[in-house]
Amino acid sequence: MHIPDGFIDGKTAAATALLSVAGAGLALRQARRRLAPRQVPLLGLAAAFLFAAQMVNFPVAGGTSGHLVGGVLVAALLGPSAAIVVLTTVLIVQCFLFADGGVLALGANVFNMAIIGAAGGYAIYRLVCAWLPGTRGQVAAVAFAGWCSTVLASICCVGELAWSGTVAWPAGFTAMASVHMLIGIGEGLISALVFLAIRRMRPELTGEISGPAAPRQWSELVGYGLLAALGIAIFVAPFACPWPDGLESVASRLGFEHKIAHPIVRAPAPGYQMQGMRWAAGATAVAGAAGTLIVFGLALLLARSLVREPQEDNPPTKP
Amino acid sequence: MIDDWVGHLHRRRDSPISRLPAVFKLGVGLVIIVGTVLAPPQAVGWFVSAAAFLLITAVLSRIPPLFLLKRLAWLSPLILGVALVNALQPAANTLPSAARVSWMTVAAKSTICLLTIILVSNTTPFSRILRVLKAARVPGLLITTLALMHRYLFVLLEEAERMRRARASRTFTRQRGARWQTLSTVVSQLFVRASERAERIYDAMCARGWK
Repeated sequence: MHIPDGFIDGKTAAATALLSVAGAGLALRQARRRLAPRQVPLLGLAAAFLFAAQMVNFPVAGGTSGHLVGGVLVAALLGPSAAIVVLTTVLIVQCFLFADGGVLALGANVFNMAIIGAAGGYAIYRLVCAWLPGTRGQVAAVAFAGWCSTVLASICCVGELAWSGTVAWPAGFTAMASVHMLIGIGEGLISALVFLAIRRMRPELTGEISGPAAPRQWSELVGYGLLAALGIAIFVAPFACPWPDGLESVASRLGFEHKIAHPIVRAPAPGYQMQGMRWAAGATAVAGAAGTLIVFGLALLLARSLVREPQEDNPPTKP
Repeated sequence: MIDDWVGHLHRRRDSPISRLPAVFKLGVGLVIIVGTVLAPPQAVGWFVSAAAFLLITAVLSRIPPLFLLKRLAWLSPLILGVALVNALQPAANTLPSAARVSWMTVAAKSTICLLTIILVSNTTPFSRILRVLKAARVPGLLITTLALMHRYLFVLLEEAERMRRARASRTFTRQRGARWQTLSTVVSQLFVRASERAERIYDAMCARGWK
């Protein structure tokens, strides 16, 4: 999902850079305020861990393999601000050291994977956690949020590419969203398994850096939520609206649509093709909505099968 | 697996390019990338001259051409993929032709930018890049995190490789469920080891007067 240079144009690069600088700046400020000095090296080590963990491939259907992105996993372990810092660090190193992801596209990549992927995924994780208490709820929340963050990040990625005119929205949306709905299952599954394994091995590590479930975490999410909403309003909303797009509505209002419309005789029915692609995009959106419910159910089932006893939360004392 | 990544950084060797100051290299690289991204598709002159400049730099930097080609090939599947989607989409719809970008332009632009980053990253040590970022007033916490990540990246990659080898020599079944379980155990063990290492690093940093 790393966008290389040349795929997004100047205005998209500038807009995403502004959003990401604001998000990363907020995250750095929050992290500096909350982190104990003892935990500062943990950020760097968590970034190195995430990089190494992204090397581990897992099998996806059809012989292909995906790899962990890990935004939700790190956010569930360390909290949203630390997760944004960690993911930004990983993306900077991948960009400057390994040329994976572009320099001007760094803003877009940070926005998609750190702000939408990690902080957005963390918000979903906390919502599900608030509804389903206990270890079982946490595991289900990590699995569900991992899937959501992968799909959301891929949709933002298509929005940025479409805003730059690199890909057409309907085709790109259909391709990216459907592929990432599959990859997201792997991401959610492996995030949940890793989270549960860490929780069983070292329960104190899963308590988040800033202490468990501090109510102030919500106030810090508001800032990231505003940035994410702004980004989605810019990149995704103009394409996702069911209304005729701006150009069409302006054309019909000014009454010159027939000038554009009718001389195309030789073109192979472009209108129908467009309808077809629009229909595919709409079908993908409906499938996504249905898929969200199905994945939520699967996450619950997964948590139920992994965490058998409800009393596992408070380990039994020795007889 | 680890060789795929560690091998992507060429052994440092002395050349006229690697002796240049890092600020200069980063600046020139940034100018080339910004210029290439902003250039209109008609500006063939810019693309050709940028490519020629990069080729001269590549020769001067004494990086083996085969290494550069391998690097480009490793990173380009995504470029080819998006170019393909772009080429296959119905031409008549979506945007007016002025706003549409042809896949040739996208492929040319991203190849030039990719080559620029590969050249800069292989002739400039990462610590020098960090020093430039520090001079550019990037917040200290981010610099510390970047430096620590770069320092322990290869340590953890080697640790992951050791764990992978140990697991491969002990696991005899290839059942799907078991595979997921072992994968997640390896990753979670890696996180636990990383956080234990972070504790030791903090103690070592304190012992050396870090505050």
